[in-house]
Amino acid sequence: MLPTPDTSHVPYQRVYEPAEDSFLLLDTLSSPSETAFLSSRFASPSPSSSPSPAPLVLEVGPGSGVVIAFLTAHASTIFGSTHVLTTAIDVSPFACAATNLTVSKAVSENASTSGFWTSATQGDLVSPFRPGSVDVLVFNPPYVPTPDLPAPPPTGLQALKEKTTFEEDSHLLELTYAGGRDGMETTDRLIEALPEVLSERGVAYILLCAQNKPEEVKGRIRAMGGEGKWKAETVGTSGKQAGWEKLQIVRVWR
Amino acid sequence: MKVMTLNFLTCAVKNCKSSNDSFPLHPKEAELAKDDIEINPQLLINVLPRIDWAALRTTSTELGFPTLPEQPPSPEDLQSDEALLKELHELLMETQMMEGKLVCGHCGHEYAVKNGVANFLLPSHLV
Repeated sequence: MLPTPDTSHVPYQRVYEPAEDSFLLLDTLSSPSETAFLSSRFASPSPSSSPSPAPLVLEVGPGSGVVIAFLTAHASTIFGSTHVLTTAIDVSPFACAATNLTVSKAVSENASTSGFWTSATQGDLVSPFRPGSVDVLVFNPPYVPTPDLPAPPPTGLQALKEKTTFEEDSHLLELTYAGGRDGMETTDRLIEALPEVLSERGVAYILLCAQNKPEEVKGRIRAMGGEGKWKAETVGTSGKQAGWEKLQIVRVWR
Repeated sequence: MKVMTLNFLTCAVKNCKSSNDSFPLHPKEAELAKDDIEINPQLLINVLPRIDWAALRTTSTELGFPTLPEQPPSPEDLQSDEALLKELHELLMETQMMEGKLVCGHCGHEYAVKNGVANFLLPSHLV
């Protein structure tokens, strides 16, 4: 098993603490079937062949940074190459700072197997990324069904500061899990953005919970742009509970 | 943020995406820092095919780096031109923008960069 990145520096009172969903992403993305899929898609066939453009791996909403740090530090195992660029985007400045530190630590401990970390950016989903720029997108969304979606961080919560109030911390944590109707309001916006932001060889990994109605979600993705254009398959699950897969990872690709 | 990131980012305003003027974003009052990273020619060679060269030339000039050649170098060019290899390594892999602003050439919106993180959250009237 590949070691899990250290996140002991992360302020969990306002940044999502790695949990079952994060670990399911680590297990799925490092599973033999997914590393084989990713390596065949993105690694150069042989060192002497013409260069294969280094893929850009983006995690949306990295929180502590544990997932993107894992993907960066173990690039040679997961993608079959260290010539991989990694980046992340989060609405929270605290998550961006935490992620930058988590990835830097993981890279320094795994120098020979690491890809190249560019840096975390603050923003809403993929809004500032150029069309067609992302090759691998990973999203552990706010997936819990809630009556409403929390508001985006106000100006006063968009930059790092020493002291936050209890209300501000609660707001930031709510943004990490509250998903609105069916827990899908944010994930649906991300899915809508996939055709534009993913490259032709692009692939997305999206985590869903049972209340998100994953079979319906996969059906909607497969219908995008006409029959047969997009594929959506479950490639990892947390195991059955009372007959339900509680959490699952869906791979989306053309 | 690494200078390389500027090659992947554009204005977050929806209407700007289709405009050529929204990319690359223009650094303003940029404070730079340099990470010491060992040079990796093969990585650079694999990164170059995905770099928008014209945009990188603009960014390089605007940040006060030497003017890059008009055409992107081939892998063979890079392997034989140690000076260019070093220049690209420093610009793309080592240089970070720590403070300042990124300005959209289409709508004029300024994105703040603080502690090395660019903030692309938009005020509600621009969403």
